[in-house]
Amino acid sequence: MGLKQNLHKLKEKYKGTKMAPAFNALHTFLYTPNETTHSGSHVRAVDDLKRTMNTVIMALVPCLIFGIFNAGYQHYAAIDNTLRIDPLANFFTWDNFILGAWTVLPLVIVSYGVGLAVEFIFAIIKKHEVEEGYLVTGMLVPLIVPIDIPLWMLAVAVIFGVVIGKEVFGGTGMNILNPALTIRAFLFFAYPTWMSGDKVWVHGAKEMAGQPDAISGETILGSLAANTEPVYSTWDMFWGFIPGSVGETSTFLIILGALFLIFTKVGSWRIMLSAVLGAIVMGLIFNGVADAGWIEKSSNFYGLMSEPFWHHLIIGSAAFAIVYMATDPVTASQTNKGKWIYGFFIGFMGIMIRVFNPAYPEGFMLSILLMNVFAPTIDHYVIQGNIKKRMKRLKVKTA
Amino acid sequence: MGLLSKKDSKLILDPLADNNPITIQVLGICSALAITAQLKASIVMAISVMAVLGIGNVVISLMRNIIPSKIRIIVQLVVVAALVIIVDQILKAFAYSLSKELSVFIGLIITNCIIMGRFEAFALGNGPWRSFLDGIGNAAGYGLILIIVGFFRELLGSGTLLGFQVLGDPIQKTGLYAIGYENNGFMLLSPMALIIVGLIIWVQRAKNKDLIEE
Repeated sequence: MGLKQNLHKLKEKYKGTKMAPAFNALHTFLYTPNETTHSGSHVRAVDDLKRTMNTVIMALVPCLIFGIFNAGYQHYAAIDNTLRIDPLANFFTWDNFILGAWTVLPLVIVSYGVGLAVEFIFAIIKKHEVEEGYLVTGMLVPLIVPIDIPLWMLAVAVIFGVVIGKEVFGGTGMNILNPALTIRAFLFFAYPTWMSGDKVWVHGAKEMAGQPDAISGETILGSLAANTEPVYSTWDMFWGFIPGSVGETSTFLIILGALFLIFTKVGSWRIMLSAVLGAIVMGLIFNGVADAGWIEKSSNFYGLMSEPFWHHLIIGSAAFAIVYMATDPVTASQTNKGKWIYGFFIGFMGIMIRVFNPAYPEGFMLSILLMNVFAPTIDHYVIQGNIKKRMKRLKVKTA
Repeated sequence: MGLLSKKDSKLILDPLADNNPITIQVLGICSALAITAQLKASIVMAISVMAVLGIGNVVISLMRNIIPSKIRIIVQLVVVAALVIIVDQILKAFAYSLSKELSVFIGLIITNCIIMGRFEAFALGNGPWRSFLDGIGNAAGYGLILIIVGFFRELLGSGTLLGFQVLGDPIQKTGLYAIGYENNGFMLLSPMALIIVGLIIWVQRAKNKDLIEE
């Protein structure tokens, strides 16, 4: 008897009991459910919500693997700077992989373990099926936190994010804010010393601080905000051999993921494209301000403002946020026109907040959360506009 | 309660739970957000509001038959303002540092919707004794929520309670801090007060389904 049969039998056995949702979730996660609809209209599609979620996870796996190597690489390169001369040769090594796995996998396990536990508890209390939403959130969370974040903090944040960000609104599909970003925002406001500064982005930097062998893990945005020239080349930024949150450094892999999402029609290309446009527009405005000499070279904002506009897309979390966060189908705008507006302002304000935020030189988390709140309003006006247009057309026809 | 009739004791007990001014009537939220980062401030605020509302209700109730209804709001405002100034002066005289900490929020008791609400809804139509009980009861319901929120925000946000370091010393790394615990800075920001109030509302309505609105 196969696993599927066993699971099915288990499911039948527990049918109608309190634990039923838990077994159903396991079953449908691994296999197509046996049930079919008996009446009413049918939508014929091979992909259900779980397959959609799994597609996003597949798009994230390269980022995770790269993040594991990068965690190790950044640690060893911070200790021995000569490794940085030829990143490609020193990147895919066993040492990097082992250290990275040792630090990154616990984040993944805590994220999924705690998050799914909360989901299961809610499903059992509220007597509905376990929802699929956390599959993607649980993968996103470890990729967007600093490598050394204490695991208990992550657990607290995950509980907060899933309960306050999602379950109070009614679960997957009803949430206003992106749960992964809610979790990150909670961490950012609750434990700022672990989420910003130059000591949290490289494994071990915080522990070794103040000792003779102290290492620095300043991100590119961090050094730009301090008006110092970053030490990384543009190619390093593009391939991702730079410090940062675990999975967001490699623009190359993120672009591959974006193409995969667009090709499978899971992610919206409109949002991605308009967000990139918005970021470019804002970046060009800042470049213009810096070039025109309207801002002093000694100003706190000069370093970030004068950075070439296209650099903004490959440093920090811009690419990752645009591809994986902004396109979340639940919290984004639903209408096509709305998606353009929504995406544009995410890019536009992401760069603006990044440059002007004195406490923390990154803005995409906050800009996406802000636009999440506005997405329903945008949709409302798009739909109203559409109705008006059609009414007018109708009048012209009948007149 | 032997001291009070059943009807009278209801005046005090109802606002504590099923007709709580903050969680059910959703009044007085602003001060609940502003001053609950410290438990001490919450307690002082609760006592101040209790004094103002208890005495104010009695005063309004005594005057209820001679106040022309056209100008009753002005009269009510004068009464609250007078009482709030007295409370403010007392705090300045006897607890100066605390009054600094609470700054404008004592003065803003004047605008606390609970007070005007009780004047309008109760004191104008009931005798002084019952009005007094109603005032104390509503202020206690308000204070209870303030103290719950203040308790959690101070404990989790600063690791202290009434200024005592109950969780250990964050700088010397004793107590909980020795095993890596850290204070939650989010608790000190106002949004968290709103979230805690929301959680209280959630728990309350989950326990008593009658409170859930359509």
